[in-house]
Formats: sequence, structure tokens, C-alpha cells
Amino acid sequence: MSAAFDEMKGHNGSVRSAYTELARWLAEVPPDVLDYRRREAELIFRRIGITFAVYGEAEAQERLIPFDVIPRIMSAPEWRLLEKGLTQRVSALNAFIKDIYGAREILRAGVVPDDLVFRNPAFRPEMSGQDVPHSIYVHVAGIDIVRVDAETFYVLEDNARTPSGVSYMLENREIMMRLFPELFSRHRIAPVENYPDELLATLKSVAPSSSRDPNVVLLTPGVYNSAYYEHSFLADKLGVELVEGRDLFVKDEIVYMRTTQGPHRVDVIYRRIDDDFLDPLTFRPDSALGVPGMMSAYKAGNVTLANAVGTGIADDKAVYSFMPAIVKFYLGEEPLLRNVPTWRCREEEHLAYVLDHLHELVVKEVHGSGGYGMLIGPAASKVAIEQFRAKLKTSPKNFIAQPTLALSTCPTCIEQGVAPRHVDLRPFVLTGRDRVRIVPGGLTRVALKEGSLVVNSSQGGGTKDTWVLDG
Amino acid sequence: MLSRTADNLYWLSRYIERAEYLARILDATQRLSALPLTYVGTSNEWESAVATAGCATAFFKIYDEANEANVTDFLAFSTANSSSIRSCFELARGNARAVRTALTMEMWDAINGTWLELKRYGNGPTSREEFSRFLRWVQESSLRFDGSAYRTMLRNDAYWFSRLGVYIERADNTARILDVKYHLLLPENERVGGPLDYFQWAAILRSVSALTAYHWVYRESLQPWLVADLLILRDEMPRSLASCYEAIVRNLDSIASAYGRQGPAQRQARSIRTRLQNSRMDGIFQRGLHEFIGEFIGENNRLGALITEQFLT
Repeated sequence: MSAAFDEMKGHNGSVRSAYTELARWLAEVPPDVLDYRRREAELIFRRIGITFAVYGEAEAQERLIPFDVIPRIMSAPEWRLLEKGLTQRVSALNAFIKDIYGAREILRAGVVPDDLVFRNPAFRPEMSGQDVPHSIYVHVAGIDIVRVDAETFYVLEDNARTPSGVSYMLENREIMMRLFPELFSRHRIAPVENYPDELLATLKSVAPSSSRDPNVVLLTPGVYNSAYYEHSFLADKLGVELVEGRDLFVKDEIVYMRTTQGPHRVDVIYRRIDDDFLDPLTFRPDSALGVPGMMSAYKAGNVTLANAVGTGIADDKAVYSFMPAIVKFYLGEEPLLRNVPTWRCREEEHLAYVLDHLHELVVKEVHGSGGYGMLIGPAASKVAIEQFRAKLKTSPKNFIAQPTLALSTCPTCIEQGVAPRHVDLRPFVLTGRDRVRIVPGGLTRVALKEGSLVVNSSQGGGTKDTWVLDG
Repeated sequence: MLSRTADNLYWLSRYIERAEYLARILDATQRLSALPLTYVGTSNEWESAVATAGCATAFFKIYDEANEANVTDFLAFSTANSSSIRSCFELARGNARAVRTALTMEMWDAINGTWLELKRYGNGPTSREEFSRFLRWVQESSLRFDGSAYRTMLRNDAYWFSRLGVYIERADNTARILDVKYHLLLPENERVGGPLDYFQWAAILRSVSALTAYHWVYRESLQPWLVADLLILRDEMPRSLASCYEAIVRNLDSIASAYGRQGPAQRQARSIRTRLQNSRMDGIFQRGLHEFIGEFIGENNRLGALITEQFLT
């Protein structure tokens, strides 16, 4: 693996223009001040209660995601490039899902193999032939982006179900503004605080056409969910009710919430629970989180679910590998954002290559997420590689493999001062009836361990504020 | 608003109010038990504290004897007791977390800060001094939460339900003290105790933070029937049953006028208040103080059930 591109110092060590002020500031600021600010930030996070739960860890029921006080900076031209690419990518995702549950032209054209769709656990036969309001499926997308040099951005993953993390984008900015007013005054940074307004506008725009002043709610699995803080945070910023399944009921194909004044009709549900748990009558019968009859109301067009049911078909890692072709098929354009070269282990030639190059590849489960169940070849022991090889041979269809990318690095606070650490970026793309909205920035995740490429919060990753310079 | 949100707010306030009340009982008991026996007689104050907290049955399932160590642990720190101070704060914080969006930042800060601080006390105090500090801290935490609710909440149904929780719990607490200690409060000619009871009366007043108030209202030394009068009928005493019901009726009326509809809860509250308004202490003593208090506790509970039925489910 070649040396990583550093976003502050490039490949050759000279400070890139977006980072001029930050580099100067880092040189001035005494290390103990940074450390003091870091602890201050942690205190604030804990007081506000921005925590997340890690499944399977009873002890640490509420943990903080480590926050790094050094911001990551992108120039306006870099952002414009990303913005265009993201809009294109999400338009293609929407078109693909609409097609899959509708005419299925892409399958007939042989661009994507049938069984990848029909044998996919995320495929929802209930949605076939089903219209959704304004033909929008992915209202909120989180597209994970990595960077390898000054010009090259890759999409690492599309998240089209219930992407999370946007509360960190917002809170990180708030905290940075509190801790470093001086640093802010030296830059012109595009704001992100209007995200909740944009989200609400998006959600209202897709209400069933009958509702004049749509009642939007946010549906959470409840306080034990790892992203509960985010759910309550967003509901608060949106000014909508945060509901659990038990707060809702369906009568005559209309969804109501139970209020102190009796039943109140619900028009748009920004749901942060998975398809499987939405409606025990249609999906998992043992789900206590959902609302019996919700799907009947949805199919009757009396309520909008955001995101739509069945969007998982588009963010599968095997489908991911077809994204460049999918973009071309629906939009007739070349993809602006590149895909990481991907070997599909379901194909014999690809599998053979992967088995031969396990020590240099990253192998991921097709349906996995959160950085679980993956092999990072260069960092894995011989034993781990052999164990993985066996798994791969038993069920090749479940895996894809990608080269180990030299993810870009950003200056990051560590015990002994400041050092480069690998980062990725999750911008949030909103699609409403009227238009696509993207606030400039996103969630930057950083792998705090030296050399580590795993940025997931469940595995020791941290976050940074992401600054997009204005003009 | 969502019924579940209202329910959470209502119980959140009840738990905080209960925690404060427990702290006051423990504080008063600690003082009382520190007095020489010649001043307070031989009654077991710790047993009486458990009874006043309304959890004697649960307590004696675990312990054989009510002494300082057992009672302190059970009422303040025990996780086995769902009404201990610790449990109250934990439940309150759990409720708060479930309705974050209905709380102001200041309220969340108060309850979350309390919960974080609670961990510092671990499994109990290492000394009486530390325990005293703990009790003061509990009362301050409750005041902080109450104050932040009062000063920062919008005056809408969320606020009214949260206030209802405070007053229903408070009325229940005051009534329970009276229920356990009624025999000390009977008029002179019916009393069995004698001057020894002076410190008991002071302890009762202290557990509802009314010792100073007593002197301002009556301007005379402690008289048991006046203590009863203060805690039951005096409107100006914020923990009296009359004052609690004045507030309950007012908050229920606010809800009724916002929702455009009166219901069984409103009617029940008004009927209890009317009864308190029409009562005088000599009449209550004639009919039996104990019976009066027992009935009140029952009616207050019934109102709680009606509120739940009408709004919270």
C-alpha cells in the first residue's frame, strides 16, 4: 500500500490551500490547550447525552463516540464536485428502485442479474407494482465517500435504508463553534445548521397528496436503540413527535397516533426502524416495534414512509458493484463519483482472483454493515486469512472484495500531539418532490488507531467536524 | 401531545418529588434518632421512616429489623427497592430520556446531571457526614429540576401534566406522614404521648420543610392540632393537602380548557378540593383523623388512576 494522501499536506508535505489557516493555527496553539479543549468537548457531549449504545455490551450501555477537535476542511471546488456526483448517484439509486419494483427494464436489458435482485433478502415482493408518493424511494441517503488523492473520490458504500450519523454532523459543529470561536473567525465556513429545516421540507413535500398540512412523525425503535439519541435530537429539531410503534395504530387503512386528546392522523413517517420490524402483519410477526396494519395504510397511499419500503435492494454491496452501469443505464451519463473496483465472489473468475490475493484485499459481507464480519487482508494474521478463506469457499455469494485503498488522512489529536489518521466522509442527501438538497459537509469519521482503516464507531472510530469553505 | 409523552412527564415529576420526600424523611429521622431517648421515647424511628415512605411490606421481605443501616440503604440506595432515591432518579432519567423532545435543555441538564452525579455516591455513604451531604444534594437536585421546569417550560399541556405529577405525588407524601404519625397529632385531651412528642412534631414539620412556616403562620409554639391544620387545610402551606389540590384543580382546568372538554379526572379533583375546603380541624378530629387521612389517600390514588385513563393511555 502506497503512502496515504494527507488532506492537509498532500503527498509532498506542502500545506494545501484550504488548510493554510488551520496549519498556521496548529503551529501556534500549545498542545495542552488542544488537550484541554478535547476534554471540555467530551464533558459537553456527556452532559448533553450524545451517546450511542454498542450491541452486546451491557456494561458500557451508553458510550461516547470520541470527538476529534481538529476539523477536516474541504475547498468549495472540491465540494461542488462531490455535490454533483452525489446528486447523480442518488437520482440513479431512486430510478433503480422504482424500476425494480416496476417495469424491471434493467433486468430485461441484462445489466443487473435477476437473481441478485430476487434472491436478495432486502428485496420486498410486497412492493412490486406498488406506487409510492411522487415515485421517491430514498428520501434520505448517506453516501460514504473516501478519498485517495487530490482529485479522486470513491463511493465506498451507499446507505439507502435508515442512514444515521447526521446528529453528529450538527452537534460537532455546535461544539466546535463553542470551543474555537477564534478559528471560525479566520475561516468562512458554509453552515450546516439548516439541515433539520431541509429535512422537514423534504418530508412534507412527499406527503400523500390528500393532506394539506401534513403531520410528520419520527418513528424510533425506542430508547434501547443505538441511535436513539439521534432520533430524539432530530425529532426535537424538526419539531415533530418522536413516536414508538405502540404510539401508533391503524384503523381503516389510516395511521393514527395516540394523543392526550384522542387519535390524531399521521401523514408522513420518517421511520428509523428497519423494514423487517415495520408491520408484524406483513413482515416479522414477532416484532413488537412496529405497527400492525401499517403496510395496508402504506399500500393504500394514505401514509408516506421515508425511506420507502424495500430500498435495501439498492445499497447491497453486490448491487453496489453494478452502480456505474446503473448510473449509465438510467441517466445516460458517466458516473461522476467512482466506485471502488469490486470483485464479486459470486462470479467464478472473481472468486479465484480473490482467493489468490486475500492478503491484499478487503473482503466484506454483502449484507453486512458496521464494519462487522469483514477481513482486512494486509492487517490480518495468517490464521485469520485461512479461516476467512474457508468461509469464502462455503458461501462465495455472500462476499465481495475490494483493494485496500490508501484512504486519505487528516491531522488528528492523539496522546502525543497531532498525527495523521485515516478518514472517510458521509454526506447526507435529501430527495424531495421538488428537488435534491445537500447541506455542505457531512459526518467525517476517523480511525483513531495508527494505521487503522476502520472508521466505524462500534470499532473505535471517532468523528470530526467537516468544514466546507465558502467561495 | 402523545399520551406516552404525557405519561412520561407525569411520572418523571412524581419520581423527582418522591426522591426529595424520601431525603426529607431520612434527614428528619436521622435527627430524631440522634436525640437522647429521654427526649423522644423508645419508639423505633427507623421503622416509622419505612412506614412513612410507604414501603414497609417490601422492606420486611428483605430485612428482619429496621435500623439505621438497613433503612438508609433501602430508602436511599437499594436497587431492590423500586422507590429508593436511587431508583427514583434512575427511573426519572429513563423517562426523561424517552421524552427528551418534551423537555427543555435545562430540565434535561438537571436530571441527566443528577443521574451522572448519583454514580459518584456508589453504593452508599461511608460516613454520616457524607450521608447528610447526600441528602442535601438530593433536595437540591429536586429543586433544580423543579425550578428549571418552572422557569423554562412552555405553558402548555406538557407543563400541566408534569405539574400534575408533582402535586399528586406531594399530596400522597404529606398524607402518608399524617397517616403514620396521626396518633401524635390528636388534640390534647386524646393524646397518649405527652411533652415528649415535641420533637416528633418538629420532625414531621421538617420532613415536609414546614418547620419555619409553622412559626410564621401560627406564631406560637408547636401544638399538634395546629401541625395537622397546617398540613391538611392551610392553603398558604405549599405541601398541605389543600394547597396541592388547589394546584391540581388549576392544572386540570388548564388542560380542560385547552382541550375543550372536562372529564372524570376534573370532576374527581374538584370533589376532593371541595371537601377539603369545607372541612375544619375540629370536625376532622371528631370524625377521626386517621379515617379522614385514609380516605384521602384512597381518593388521591383514584384521581391518579382517572388521569391515567383519561389522558395517558
